[in-house]
Amino acid sequence: MSYTLGQKQLDTIEGVLQQDLIDIGVRCVFLIDMAGNIIANRDNGKIKHDVYSLAALAAGNFGAVSAMAKIIGEGEFSLLFHKGKKENIHFNKIISDFLLITIFSNDISLGFLRLKVNEAVEKIKQVLETINVP
Amino acid sequence: MAFINPKKKEVQVKIVYYGPGRGGKTTNLEYIYKKFRERIKTEMVTIKTHGDRTLFFDFLPFDIGKVNGYDIKIQLYTVPGQVKYNATRRLVLRGADGIVFVADAMAVRREKNILSLKNLQENLANYKKSIFKIPIVLQYNKIDLAEQGIPLLPINTLEEDLNDKLKTPSFKASALVGTNVVATMKKIISMTISSIIKELR
Ligand SMILES: Nc1nc2c(ncn2[C@@H]2O[C@H](COP(=O)(O)OP(=O)(O)O)[C@@H](O)[C@H]2O)c(=O)[nH]1
Ligand SMILES: [Mg+2]
Repeated sequence: MSYTLGQKQLDTIEGVLQQDLIDIGVRCVFLIDMAGNIIANRDNGKIKHDVYSLAALAAGNFGAVSAMAKIIGEGEFSLLFHKGKKENIHFNKIISDFLLITIFSNDISLGFLRLKVNEAVEKIKQVLETINVP
Repeated sequence: MAFINPKKKEVQVKIVYYGPGRGGKTTNLEYIYKKFRERIKTEMVTIKTHGDRTLFFDFLPFDIGKVNGYDIKIQLYTVPGQVKYNATRRLVLRGADGIVFVADAMAVRREKNILSLKNLQENLANYKKSIFKIPIVLQYNKIDLAEQGIPLLPINTLEEDLNDKLKTPSFKASALVGTNVVATMKKIISMTISSIIKELR
């Protein structure tokens, strides 16, 4: 089973990642599916993370937390946040099959980031809702 | 659930090594990592316990070059084999495009192999996938142990136990020595890619 997105849809998503997140100072952002595939990613050009490994771990991490949510009777946690000394990671679920992962430093406040992530999520949702994930 | 990216001309394919705990799944990936060290530019990711058992999964990205102008990015995963880790095992299986079932050829592991294959079938069904439809290759691992006089299951017993209904390619292997590790991987990659191409037509 496989699925795809058109060039135009990918352009739209990458545009959103760039303008709403990278341009406000986010270091690195990627959109993945729950299998760990990378749909789109953008960074500020200063750092090169191993995005494929990050995607695999992020999907696993989010999956594990969702399974915990079920056990404690919470439908799910739709967002997650890991705080570091300098770098932070923010996860946001988009419909049922996708995750937006944002890596940002302490230069950006969490409140502002959340606001921008929410805006980006709404725009990306509109694109993803048009496709069929098997 | 391979993702095809027409913009980057790239296909990401997920292949999962499944099987009973201690059967040699992690050892398969370690061998591949060593053997293709210069082609795999990143570190192998492993999440394991103090006792060196796979807790969540191992992950190894493997680029095989282009097919029909598309870069094929193979993502190899292993699941934790221990029975108690079924929840995490199922998570790793999500979106798998192809499976290598690593059976332990030691005579004492006969029951464990059968149970693990049954568990695979159930977990796939959970994602509405059939074990008879997904590309799958069987590997009968640890055949090197015969030399040390350790009782192994005869191949026809393994075939009867595990491959009677599946009727899929199988390999005798030693993940430790490296026998047929690459052959197993090549087979599952080619079966998985043909299945993706077939489905696209
Ligand atoms: N003799 C022998 N030992 C093996 C072979 N493959 C794995 N092992 C050993 O079996 C144990 C479990 O292997 P591991 O790869 O961790 O199994 P996993 O639980 O399926 O990931 C380790 O001690 C390995 O060294 C093999 O082909 N021959
Ligand atoms: Mg293992």
